[in-house]
Amino acid sequence: MSSSTIAPSAQFHTDADRTSADGLRRAFVRKALGGYSVTRARTESTFTSWEEARDAAAEIKWEGLNHLDAMLEEFEAKFTARGGKVHWASTSQQARDYILGLAREKGVKSIVKSKAMTSEEIHLNAALEAAGYGVVESDLGEFIQQLMHEPPYHFVFPCMHLQREEISALFQRELGSAATDSPEELTMIARRFMRRHYLEADMGISGTNFIIAETGMISITENEGNARLTTAMPRIHVALVGIEKVLPRLADLALFLPMLATAGTGQNMTCYNSMFAGPRQPDEIDGPEEFHVVFLDNHRTRLLADPEQRDALHCIRCGACLNVCPIFKNIGGHAYGTTYQGPIGSVITPHFRGLQDWKHLSGASSLCGACTEACPVKIDIHHHLLHNRRNAMKEKPRWWEKLAWKGFGFLTNHPLLYRFATRLAPWMQQLHPLVLGTPLDPMQSWTKTRDFPEAAEEPFSVWMRRRKDGKL
Amino acid sequence: MSGDRTAVLARIREALREPAPRHHATPRAAATNAAVTAPFRAWLPQVGASSKERVALFAQLSTMLRTEFHACSSSAEAGDHVARLATENGWTRLATHAGELNEKILKRLPPALKLLPITPGYDRNALEACDAGLTECECLVAQTGSVCVSALSSGGRTLSVLPPHHIVVARRRQLVPDLSAAFELLAEKYAPDYPSFMTFISGPSRTGDIERILVLGAHGPKKLTVLLVP
Repeated sequence: MSSSTIAPSAQFHTDADRTSADGLRRAFVRKALGGYSVTRARTESTFTSWEEARDAAAEIKWEGLNHLDAMLEEFEAKFTARGGKVHWASTSQQARDYILGLAREKGVKSIVKSKAMTSEEIHLNAALEAAGYGVVESDLGEFIQQLMHEPPYHFVFPCMHLQREEISALFQRELGSAATDSPEELTMIARRFMRRHYLEADMGISGTNFIIAETGMISITENEGNARLTTAMPRIHVALVGIEKVLPRLADLALFLPMLATAGTGQNMTCYNSMFAGPRQPDEIDGPEEFHVVFLDNHRTRLLADPEQRDALHCIRCGACLNVCPIFKNIGGHAYGTTYQGPIGSVITPHFRGLQDWKHLSGASSLCGACTEACPVKIDIHHHLLHNRRNAMKEKPRWWEKLAWKGFGFLTNHPLLYRFATRLAPWMQQLHPLVLGTPLDPMQSWTKTRDFPEAAEEPFSVWMRRRKDGKL
Repeated sequence: MSGDRTAVLARIREALREPAPRHHATPRAAATNAAVTAPFRAWLPQVGASSKERVALFAQLSTMLRTEFHACSSSAEAGDHVARLATENGWTRLATHAGELNEKILKRLPPALKLLPITPGYDRNALEACDAGLTECECLVAQTGSVCVSALSSGGRTLSVLPPHHIVVARRRQLVPDLSAAFELLAEKYAPDYPSFMTFISGPSRTGDIERILVLGAHGPKKLTVLLVP
């Protein structure tokens, strides 16, 4: 996708132009998301009060995040007492090094992974593969994307842009399976392939949906059962966890599990919601001998330090804001060039990767507010896009833009000069066709795809005066 | 060695020096301590008060989730149902764990059906080769049509997810109204020493990853049967 030699904003514009011109793909993605809207609305209506549930969820997340240090320490104490191990990583490098070191130290031969966006974030697979470890993604969508050598298209529906024919061709090529146009048969091909890996892998890597401070647990939500198998069968379980995922109490899940399912896919409950409190205990039949939780900061504390936007860390990664976003529907997930796509990705990525390089994402929005409306934890998403725009300008103002505004200010503060300019405009516009659409055109970014309206012959104020005087 | 603990915590504390505003309304009741689960009930999907209503809701949600659900009049009837499933589907091997309810079911099964008892050190390849897994559970949740199993209630972590058909047997009193009640029950039974694994199962394993079309039996069981006994 993105290449290191091209600036992220230039890459974004090239990719967005290309993908938004792919009408067939857009129609396909739109149809899939249309189905989501219907089921979600139906499930949401079974809540006695979805709105109050949102406020409660936001409050609980607020509480967790604004006491994050205490929450993480409480988790660590409880989790360690159960025989788990916590590793704190400031950077993605530290997280990768720890997991690699663990694999070496424990003589790991093969690794199976369930879905973890944090691992996409730190490019864990590439690091493990470079060190000679085979890693298999077990979530069906992630597995398909791994075979495609492509990042996920959507952080909840990784391969929603692919049609069954493409997946069938991929499986024929990579797995030697027979051609089929049945989603069921394709799923069974992956199921059969994966079984061996669950049985043989000695390390299972997972992400997490929630950290429960009170009981020292992590909670994982999934539909397929691959995360359950990944965390049950290998002798080592490693969970790569963003530090913001915290909930104060176990019972908070009674609210969050149904809300995550409703907002994420429109289900009333995701198929498996599992809670893990340490490795296998002495009175238990099976389970991993070791359980490591890797806490990942990787610039989350930078966002935490911004009180105005701190609530962006409330995100439970349901993906609802992507599903309803007119921009996402048109440019698709890959054009963003980020780990987290869509509106929430456009809010948090500039904090994680640098505001100046990623500020263009703040413009990837129509500011319609559908994202904010859809968010189950009430993150003020579209206003945060505006905050990012403002902060980017404050941090590094463009000299010509500053000059232009200064000039405009000067003009509007001097009525005589202003009147002169408005009279001049229609005349100047006569010269516009000479440069129209060329790089010399001062309006190029507008006139490339749109008409520029003609300046009026006389200013509104003059027209108004004539009208008042009864001359019209 | 716990990595960069000091530095991460220091950054968090520094970041939190300025409090964040709330962008949401403060909910009616503050969620604290014992009353924590109570306010959720007012906002989540409602559950009838009587046991009969709970069974009806669980049955209705089971249909939606593609769970096969039967309220049986006795454990013998439940056992006969499993025996019928075994014959109809041509099972040869069934895995299960020690348990009072399981015992009652096993008594009614055809003698030709080979049993794999799941005990510490069991052969996982043998479990993978089983046609079905029979387990007990922590509780059933009417509000969501879910089965809650734990490493202690249901023969470890793997038995309830590896075989292609998962059969759960539960007593009627194990059917709780909602998730909040389930967490209360788990807390009463275990806190603070919870099993290392607990999960809420809502229907057979599924995926919608290909064209958002629902397919059952992604990596876990293709079928889920829940049998309620008195």
